[in-house]
Amino acid sequence: MQQPGRAAEIKANGIGKSFGSFRALDNLTLDIGRGEFLTLLGPSGSGKTTFLMILAGFVQPSEGRLFSDGADITDRPAEQRAAGMVFQGYALFPHMSVEQNIAFPLKVRKKSAAEIKQRVGEMVERVGLKGHEKKLPAQLSGGQQQRVALARALVFEPGVLLLDEPFSALDKSLRGQMQAEMKRLHQETGTTFVFVTHDQSEALALSSRVAIFNHGKLLQVGRPDEVYDRPANRFVAEFLGEINMLPVKGVKPVDNGATGLCEDRAVNMRCKAEAIKGDAILAIRPEHMSIAPEAASGENGIAATAVASTYLGAATKLDLTTRQGAKVTVSVPNEVAAAALSKGNSVWLTWPAEKGFLLPGGGQ
Amino acid sequence: MRGILSDRMGAALLMAPLLLFLVIAYAWPFLGVVKWSFTLPTPGLGQYGALVSDPLVQSVFIRTLRIAAIVTIVSVIAAYAITVVWVRGSPVQRVLAEFCILVPFWISVLTRAFGWVALLSNRGLINTWLQSIGFISEPLTLVRNEFGVVVGMSHFLIPFAVFPLASAMRSLDERVLLAARGLGSSRMRTFWTVFVPMTRSGIIGSAMIVFVFSLGFFVTPAILGGGRSVMIAELIYLRIFQSPDWGLGAAISVVLVVFVGTLMALLFRHVKPKQLV
Repeated sequence: MQQPGRAAEIKANGIGKSFGSFRALDNLTLDIGRGEFLTLLGPSGSGKTTFLMILAGFVQPSEGRLFSDGADITDRPAEQRAAGMVFQGYALFPHMSVEQNIAFPLKVRKKSAAEIKQRVGEMVERVGLKGHEKKLPAQLSGGQQQRVALARALVFEPGVLLLDEPFSALDKSLRGQMQAEMKRLHQETGTTFVFVTHDQSEALALSSRVAIFNHGKLLQVGRPDEVYDRPANRFVAEFLGEINMLPVKGVKPVDNGATGLCEDRAVNMRCKAEAIKGDAILAIRPEHMSIAPEAASGENGIAATAVASTYLGAATKLDLTTRQGAKVTVSVPNEVAAAALSKGNSVWLTWPAEKGFLLPGGGQ
Repeated sequence: MRGILSDRMGAALLMAPLLLFLVIAYAWPFLGVVKWSFTLPTPGLGQYGALVSDPLVQSVFIRTLRIAAIVTIVSVIAAYAITVVWVRGSPVQRVLAEFCILVPFWISVLTRAFGWVALLSNRGLINTWLQSIGFISEPLTLVRNEFGVVVGMSHFLIPFAVFPLASAMRSLDERVLLAARGLGSSRMRTFWTVFVPMTRSGIIGSAMIVFVFSLGFFVTPAILGGGRSVMIAELIYLRIFQSPDWGLGAAISVVLVVFVGTLMALLFRHVKPKQLV
């Protein structure tokens, strides 16, 4: 149906937006590749939705230029940009049937009745709404309304599809189903998808790249595994999932990474430490730490005492306190957690050198 | 539970004086009017028969319906334009629109009717001006006819037509309009295919209010119609106060009340009362 070549390539060049004295978006430069699935992730008020609205043409940037396939579209009104958009809450036309909703962008483009009928039919089938064509949006479930919104935004084969927190109103199981569906639609259409969410697991699961925003600034862009395993700063590290932060002293680069002192024990890191010297923060995800009776010499490890556990079914979340009072959380097999708690005395926390990464010490 | 109960009791107590007033001042006397319609001058259905066969009564009924229909169309269209500015305009436009909507409420209906006479009469402002610029040689007949009645009534009713429309426009989801534009629809097209259909309940409510009000208009048509465009309310007045024909006047009143009651019942099947304010 859609030629992958039709997907748009977007360049944002120094985009900024102020609402009065509020700086919603600051000096954003970002390339969105052809056919990419890019997620804009951040807490509310971080600027991600503002950027999406600027992409759609609903909000005019205060400065910077926006290019689509090389053409400057900064001043082009929304109705001429041909970006498909799925809104939070769907924004379906309440007085039109499913069929009429999906046909709307084609009617606007003055397609022939025969073509409209054929393409709406295809789209209805593709999103699994067959048999619901004549219904009004109010007669549909949340998931079905979502499908109508997707079909309406994709039927005119836009170069880019913009999605503003489309799943926020759905319950958890339906959300998983719709995520899978959206991934399939992305592959089938080959269109560039730009997706806004504040749910980090959704972002990691769906995207080819994730862009993380906070306070109007773009903090990091990268593949899900890059931003998760190698966050650029503390905010990104914490926003993408639970993480342990341990102070390290005397960090210095070595051949294959860096080394430093954590709780008076030498620890090794695989990451490069050009920018980070002296005191820093060592960050390790809970699932990358294990519990051991002792740490071999040369192995990364610190001593700690288990204080509490939370049973999660497949695993147990165990809270520990290190000798120097740092709080650490690990995700371990249930029986390991039980054993560590019952012992009541010190255990060792160990982790592979490549799973720990350094962040600048202090506030950042 | 107790909270709800006491709330209801409280509401009932607060409403009671109004209900009592309506019963004493309207419902009870109206029952008297109903009684007259069946008993004066002689008991029976004679007055209703006369009402059907009297060509004068019929022509007044038809004129009333026609004027009410025209006034409704004129008022709703004008009110729609004003409301769009009031609800969606810039802050300055909103204040101006609000001023234009509220000021008429402070001026008596009588004053406004005479104001229109001053504007529209043969030697009124409009005719004088049109003659002075040489656009017309003889004055246009703008008043003491249906045209004058329609102008005066629309002027009075437009502010009432605004409120149901404003309620509908305010409850409209802004994102739906953005969605239409994002899908490629021009502002004009979005207005006609999305905005107007989505304010349908407001249009219905607004039209019904204006229509029902129009049917019972008395002062404005009496002054601006100059006795030539008599409407139902004026006919009832003439029958009761000028010709001693209380029975026929009462019968016309009953028919008017039943007709308006039916319209209101139809209206509330489509629109909730809270959508009208």
